[in-house]
Amino acid sequence: MGTLNTEPNLVAPDDFYDELIGLHRGLTEGESALVNAKLILLLANHVGDPDVLRAAMAAAREDVAPAR
Amino acid sequence: MKTYTNPVYGYRRAPELDGTIRHCGVVIVGAGPVGLAAAIDLAQRGIPVLVLDDDDTVSVGSRAICYAKRTLEILDRLGCGEPVAAKGVSWNVGKVFHGDELAYQFDLLPEPGHHRPAFVNLQQYYFEEYLVRRADALAAAEIRWKHRVVDVAVIDTENGTEGDTEDNAAVSLRVATQDGDYALTCDWLIVCDGARSPVRHMLGLDSEGQVFRDRFLIADIHMTTDFPTERWFWFDPPFHRNQSVLLHRQADNVWRVDFQLGWDADPEHEKKPENILPRLRAMLGADAQFDIEWASVYTFQCRRMQKFRHGRVLFAGDAAHLVSPFGARGANSGVQDTDNLVWKLDLVMRGLAPDSLLDTYDEERVAAADENILHSTRATDFITPKSAVSRTFRDAVLALARRHPFARRLVNSGRLSVPAVLTGSRLNTPDSDAFAGKMVPGAPVADAPATGPHGDWLLQHLGGGFDLLVFGDGVPGDAARDLAGDPVPCRVVQVGGKPGGARVVIQDNEGLIAARYDARPGTCYLVRPDQHVCARWRAFDSAVVRGAIARATGNREGDPQWAH
Repeated sequence: MGTLNTEPNLVAPDDFYDELIGLHRGLTEGESALVNAKLILLLANHVGDPDVLRAAMAAAREDVAPAR
Repeated sequence: MKTYTNPVYGYRRAPELDGTIRHCGVVIVGAGPVGLAAAIDLAQRGIPVLVLDDDDTVSVGSRAICYAKRTLEILDRLGCGEPVAAKGVSWNVGKVFHGDELAYQFDLLPEPGHHRPAFVNLQQYYFEEYLVRRADALAAAEIRWKHRVVDVAVIDTENGTEGDTEDNAAVSLRVATQDGDYALTCDWLIVCDGARSPVRHMLGLDSEGQVFRDRFLIADIHMTTDFPTERWFWFDPPFHRNQSVLLHRQADNVWRVDFQLGWDADPEHEKKPENILPRLRAMLGADAQFDIEWASVYTFQCRRMQKFRHGRVLFAGDAAHLVSPFGARGANSGVQDTDNLVWKLDLVMRGLAPDSLLDTYDEERVAAADENILHSTRATDFITPKSAVSRTFRDAVLALARRHPFARRLVNSGRLSVPAVLTGSRLNTPDSDAFAGKMVPGAPVADAPATGPHGDWLLQHLGGGFDLLVFGDGVPGDAARDLAGDPVPCRVVQVGGKPGGARVVIQDNEGLIAARYDARPGTCYLVRPDQHVCARWRAFDSAVVRGAIARATGNREGDPQWAH
């Protein structure tokens, strides 16, 4: 059972961010949302570990809106 | 302004108005930070230089305020580092807030054992004033204030026609003054006339790149406060919702406040004190005591000329390349331009290097400009997201950064200026021996404590000409003398060991020079006049050192210029 690593782990953070934003260049908001969803699913499959994925989902949800 | 009165430098009538056309070796257009640095460097080398400026004072308003360690080191070589370092406010800590919470903090504090701090903040007018003072003390430098270049052409000196046949080319200038126009010609023209560069336009040359659709308000305020001397940057603060704000300290208790306004803001409206005051009151509190020193609304671009060298015309600083202010990469990179250019021009003018050496100015500084533009563009994309999805990612990074360390590395309010490492330069001799550490060929040399004849720091003993930094006494006296007597001389700077002839000996009492240069007895570093490493070896060999100097000056063995 793994734990979510939130320590710096990206080899070149600025390069990654640049590519991530570049990935969306020229897309509509709807297309961007689709690309993001596919990206999350691809990375989730790569991670595999349900505990890690659950921890990432919780961290992402944090502070966004109260649970309804 | 309360804290500063702009000096007025005297206009002088040009003797050329009454006589013949003067021919100069070098003319520099623009007496800003970059033009002045170039003039001082040339004049220190004994090359007469004429500087033409259309104004008669230093910068109006603080403008460039962050000067990096490398700039101070270059100014030290130019004999004016001390006043800038002494008057400047040194700082190391930067804090980035999201809303009212701290999202990210960085500390630029370098390892101890360097003469100069990571950064000093100083209003550009002081910076320029100190450089003017230094230039005025040099007999070879002449600054002509209120002399405006109104026409420029490259001419063929053989038949007097326009055209840029390289060998016989010269540059002709028409200069306007209050007493009328006059003409000048020169072998070399260094263009440092700023972002709008009238000379670039006169020559019909472009600078291409990206305009960012955003506007920022700069307000310099004078206030006495106990705020720490740190760089504070806010995304979406409560006092200026949905935009960013920067607060930075300068000399004389003057603080730079930079408000992001958005593209639709009206610059004339925003510049009025009655509209600036409420923004400052919201930020600093209703009771804060301050005076507005200077305000300006700006927009910015990231762009560069395709080439910085056009025959006998050399572009430097903002005239050649432009970045956003986030990262302090404008003036700092301009001063590095001149540091790179002047020793090469000196060698070419004295016939000790081929004209093609100047092409490496273009290559090395275009690479540096691209690096600066990349960092500056990325910071700007983070501060001013260009699409909804980019803004969503930005806000996600800021939200995650509060709790998760990985996201803090992605927060980008400007990646601060670091000197260019010229790793790809053809002037470098590739390593043949194994080395560890940062002092790779192309790297600017690292400072360290040293005791020697020129002071307490290593960098005070390097630069200006070629230096061979050697560890121990492995260079025989006759070899050191021969190197010092070459057409392009190389001085031996010896760390430790027994004193010998024809060398400067320094001591590495703290062992930091050896540590930073991964040195063993016998290790040699060849250092360029601009304090960049261009070759290194584990043992001294005079023929190999000469070969590396030939390479670093564009002279290969067998080249006629080298066969002295």
